[in-house]
Amino acid sequence: MTATISRKAAIVGIGATEFSKDSGRTEMQLAVEAVKAALDDAGIKGADIDGMATFSMDNNWENEILRQIGGKELKFFSRTEFGGGAACGPFVHAATAISSGLCDTVVIYRALNERSGLRFGSGQLFSTSPMDPNIINFSHYFPYGFMTPAAWIAFSARRYMHEFGATSEDFGRVAVSMRDFAATNPNAFFYERPITLEEHQNSRMIADPLRLLDCCQESDGAVAFVVTTAEKAKDLANTPALIASARQSIVKDSRMMTPFYGESISGIPEFDACASDIYKMAGLSPDDIDVACLYDHFSPWVLPQLEAFGFCDRGEAKDFVKDGHISRGGKLPVNTHGGQLGEAYIHGMNGIAEAVRQIRGTSVNQVNDVNHVLVTAGAGVPTGAAILEKG
Amino acid sequence: MQQMSDIPDKLLNVSNHSLENQEGIPMSDNVSAAIREKVAHLLNRRVGPYKSWNPVSRTQVWQWCTAMGDDNPLYLDDDYRKDTEFDDVTAPPTMMQMWTMRDAQGNYPPGSTDDNPYELLKLLEDNGYGGVMAVSYDQTFHRYLTEGDQVHHYSTLVHMTDLKSTGMGKGFFVTELAEFLDQNNEKFAEANITYFQYETPKKQPGAKKPGSDVQKITRVHPVENYDNEHFWQGLRDGELLIQKCESCSTLRHPPQPMCSECQSLEWGTVAASGKGTVYTYTVMYYPEIPPFDYPNAIALIDLEEGVRIATQLTDVKPDDIKIGMEVEMTLTEVQDDMTLPLFRPVNSTK
Ligand SMILES: [Zn+2]
Repeated sequence: MTATISRKAAIVGIGATEFSKDSGRTEMQLAVEAVKAALDDAGIKGADIDGMATFSMDNNWENEILRQIGGKELKFFSRTEFGGGAACGPFVHAATAISSGLCDTVVIYRALNERSGLRFGSGQLFSTSPMDPNIINFSHYFPYGFMTPAAWIAFSARRYMHEFGATSEDFGRVAVSMRDFAATNPNAFFYERPITLEEHQNSRMIADPLRLLDCCQESDGAVAFVVTTAEKAKDLANTPALIASARQSIVKDSRMMTPFYGESISGIPEFDACASDIYKMAGLSPDDIDVACLYDHFSPWVLPQLEAFGFCDRGEAKDFVKDGHISRGGKLPVNTHGGQLGEAYIHGMNGIAEAVRQIRGTSVNQVNDVNHVLVTAGAGVPTGAAILEKG
Repeated sequence: MQQMSDIPDKLLNVSNHSLENQEGIPMSDNVSAAIREKVAHLLNRRVGPYKSWNPVSRTQVWQWCTAMGDDNPLYLDDDYRKDTEFDDVTAPPTMMQMWTMRDAQGNYPPGSTDDNPYELLKLLEDNGYGGVMAVSYDQTFHRYLTEGDQVHHYSTLVHMTDLKSTGMGKGFFVTELAEFLDQNNEKFAEANITYFQYETPKKQPGAKKPGSDVQKITRVHPVENYDNEHFWQGLRDGELLIQKCESCSTLRHPPQPMCSECQSLEWGTVAASGKGTVYTYTVMYYPEIPPFDYPNAIALIDLEEGVRIATQLTDVKPDDIKIGMEVEMTLTEVQDDMTLPLFRPVNSTK
């Protein structure tokens, strides 16, 4: 792969609404609030936007947002499928469009009333149209009552335990670490509410081996970004977060939340497939990564991400975590905002915002001398990853 | 049904009126009197309020209508409603119990009572009457709810019979009065729900009876198309069919139109033997999705033919499930319009 998108575009604005359990307003309002905040943060006017990218699951149309933020026209807009797996795709698209000259400045947004509206964990997600690929996929599971994300993830978590001797406590340490970061983040839902491993072990079983405290929360809120050319970024006030590398990833065995048919299902083959490209495109190695914002909808799947991206060997993430490396003060702090387990579930986009803050040096849990942050999109679905670099 | 998240899940198989007109034969034994005495203080106690997390909203009405296949235009069609007395989104009356459900963490909204409305049923269960089924559900609606209404409800167990003997075994009929009120404390609906709490839990015989006005929640149906209908038809015909490439003989599941190995579109099927091993599994505890029994054991089976299939495990305790355990298929008519390939441990005694 030729890395023509590397360092050609930078995130120059981030914005968000508050994260809550009931926003009390429409997803459209959340979207425009977050986009406006990101524009203000970047010091860019709506009229200067010429591209947009978001999730196909987002319910807010580009034209509606453009009109409200004082925009004039879009030359580029794109959407990415697969729920939280879409968290990196919009950045890949933005960097591609910008580096190829299709457009200059792209707004990326994700707004959802997931908690007060349609809850993904409720088992009532999809239409019954034979045209809907979701229900065709899930028809092989729903009739058995096998219809919650936690239960689907549990299949892989159980295999991971079986193959590598991991335990529920190993998953628990991930959750404890995220909640520790959330406890000192005033924007986190679980601000000042850390948990102990014992509390994790005593939390109710949701879908064995996943306990309540292994599962991310459900949230209302929105996050938005402004991405522009590396040249333009130099003239703006914020420290640019250059997109050093970014790639999407689908493999032969990828499925929508139900990757049950590959030779091994204990890992995340999409990340195994893209990790080397992510480093190669950026000209970096795992040792260069200072902080990681990994998609943590469920704690067990943080472990194989650490392995896929080369921070430890296969099956050894449990020891890496146990040794404190992903925690406060560790050599690879993960999800310093508290993650989706601790801060909010905004489909991974709040993790990418935290990556930008770490690059800028403005995180509430700031790590020293951050130059590179790895970010990942959802696991268990077609996904993607990126490395952000201090510009 | 009522308060899905509160009541024993078996109630949600709310079936029918099969026992309604034959309230059993009275049993005048001492057990009856002893238990009645124990539970007397729990009768006629109005418990509540149970509040709602959210007001009646278009989103929730839409979700319900989609899930239930209810396309009555009164609920969501704004144009249609212009010719009616309703200005706003209108909720299906059968949603009444939805509004006051607890959240995913099991919490009632602020302002709700901490009292458990089903202490009596729990007490009966503790005394050996753990089987439970809904016998009848008589509801009365006073008005439609519209968008913005805020619901709460009260529950009163108003009646309990002596010990009766029925086809289901010995047990008690308990009747609950559920009163549903709006934000002005005006009652918009009420329901009299009779449960039969019985001694020997066993499978409900013939959980189908026409003419029932009880809203029955069933398993979600698979959606069939050209690519997968053979699979579901095969189950109806008594076989678990695996797709087989006509060109290179590779087996595949779940169904797809093209062979991943040789790109042939020509395919046939082979019937699975029904033998396999557990590749991985989970046991689902929460949320309790009706109409399933909980805990719900789900497994990914390596069929001996070489493909995997996700299914439910039966006849096994959660702690006894092991990766690698041998299992066999039992094609099971789980409801009158659905046959599924469930699996159970080999040598399990049914
Ligand atoms: Zn073939």
